[in-house]
Amino acid sequence: MLSVQDLSIRFRTGEGHVHAVNNVSFDIAAGQKLALVGESGSGKSQIALSILGLLANNAETSGRIDFNGADLLSIPLRQLNKIRAKEIGIIFQDPMTSLNPYMTVERQLGEVLELHEGLRGSAARARVLEVMDAVQIPDAKNRLKSYPHEFSGGMRQRIVIAMALLLRPKLILADEPTTALDVTVQAQIMRLLDDIQQEYKTSILLITHDLGVVAGFCDETLVLYGGRVMERAATKDIFALPTHPYTRGLMRAVPNIHEPHAKLTAIPGQPPNQTQPLTACPFAARCQDAVMDCHSSLPDLTQSAPMRACLRPLEELT
Amino acid sequence: MKTKKIMNSPEFAEAVAEDMLESRSFWADARKRFFKNRMAVVSMSLLFCLALFAIFGHQFSKWTYEEIDWSILGKVKTHGQPSIENGHYFGVDELGRDLYARVVQGSRVSLLVGFVSGILAVMIGASMGAIAGYYGGRIDQVIMGAYNITLSIPYIIFFVVWQAFFGRSLEQMIMVLVIVNWTAGLLIVRGQVQTLKNREFVDAARMLGLSDFKIIFKHILPNMLWVITIYMSIVIPEMIMMESLVSFLGVGIQEPNTSWGALISEGAKTMTFGTIWQLAFPAACFVIAQVSLYYIGDGLRDALDPKERA
Repeated sequence: MLSVQDLSIRFRTGEGHVHAVNNVSFDIAAGQKLALVGESGSGKSQIALSILGLLANNAETSGRIDFNGADLLSIPLRQLNKIRAKEIGIIFQDPMTSLNPYMTVERQLGEVLELHEGLRGSAARARVLEVMDAVQIPDAKNRLKSYPHEFSGGMRQRIVIAMALLLRPKLILADEPTTALDVTVQAQIMRLLDDIQQEYKTSILLITHDLGVVAGFCDETLVLYGGRVMERAATKDIFALPTHPYTRGLMRAVPNIHEPHAKLTAIPGQPPNQTQPLTACPFAARCQDAVMDCHSSLPDLTQSAPMRACLRPLEELT
Repeated sequence: MKTKKIMNSPEFAEAVAEDMLESRSFWADARKRFFKNRMAVVSMSLLFCLALFAIFGHQFSKWTYEEIDWSILGKVKTHGQPSIENGHYFGVDELGRDLYARVVQGSRVSLLVGFVSGILAVMIGASMGAIAGYYGGRIDQVIMGAYNITLSIPYIIFFVVWQAFFGRSLEQMIMVLVIVNWTAGLLIVRGQVQTLKNREFVDAARMLGLSDFKIIFKHILPNMLWVITIYMSIVIPEMIMMESLVSFLGVGIQEPNTSWGALISEGAKTMTFGTIWQLAFPAACFVIAQVSLYYIGDGLRDALDPKERA
């Protein structure tokens, strides 16, 4: 359904170009749940924004983003407007800033319906109530006239989800949907997303830095580093046997409930400097398995399982 | 809470529950806070009285503001003081015209000029600021260039030249005040828009396919209406001040029409002849208007600042 091919994004800045995303390819089938996992600066949010055509003005893109036959990177804005929102919904990270503080919930949700389906008045209200029920907001009827600040953080994120669901999109981009929430609410929101995915049969692209959020939720996981795909596998395989040194490093940094006294190891070094075009594996400088070749050649993602972008064979990794 | 009650009394609990039940919009909240500010409320009523005086004052005067009372002309100092009997409640001016009627007329002109040009100027400035902040780039540069040029024009000279060309009517006065002050609020709105446009709800609106116009006027400007309101409360007294200043200097409204500044100027010229009322009444109106406008502005600032919100 959505197929990203060879996507590169770079930003013109005062100090030259910043290469945020480098030749990333992936696809999502209808009804699939895919996770994009990476640390800050790995380009995961920029991929989401490029799918929606919301990149900053100084961005340059290349490659293709194919959504049911249309290339989202090159079609005119008018057509893009029809596709985004109607067929692709987005859940932003921070429910504090993604709702307009001066509009009631009803007006904010109603605006979407008015713009895309010409619904107003009681017909619009019925649809708004329906999605507010779907995201399990208690007493939705009496809360229509409330302003965002009158809701708690978790409830606000539910409203954002309701907004994304309103037009029954085929794909939902969830850009760190739980990062701004506390842990118990995180679990509720992830369960809600799961229920909704099953009910509405949408695909979900979950973007997160939190492996714990991915674990129980996504079918497949894509690990990004330095704007490149490091590894792609079924989520359970990633947790059972990560095949890339970077993923392994990540796993060692996550506490394990079964080994409460185990030592956590951090990945040494800093995230890469992205002002130069990539000529070598971006992780090489921090990789404990790196050999000489790693600093001079750029491995591509293998096309068959295990899908990984690493020069070293799996058996030789520590 | 209307009354202070003991914290564990049932009345208190009820009042709190009621308080929480009613969904309070930002403006409802602000109104509540504004009316708690005593100085602001007093100023508001003073200004309201002044407005009533300006609108309906002519009903009570026996003279029009341009009629000359020939019986007093020439003996203003001895017979021209305020008196109820001959109908000159505020006395007469140097030319024997009824000062009450002239102060009413002056209040009309000054308040009208102040409010109309103040509101127009802020509306233009805010729109320009919003456009500059939202689009940035070349458009921003052009608007900021125009802003800097406007700042460097000495406005009194501009006034004199403008009125030499176009006359000294009320409309010209408003127009020239708006032209000189079109930048009012521009910078503050521009800055606010620059921060607001990066909020995710603006991204969300863009993604929905809303036009730039709708995004600016429906999503961004309502978020900063409080800034604009506060700015207006600062600009309106400034406009009245500026109008009075140029009228005082003699390039304002054309005689026999008048304004506070013109009246104060005339009164100040004859002050030493012992006709102090000619200065006192217009000056009192002017001071009341300025002081209450500033206190109202202060009250608005306290009421509308989002950081004050509980």
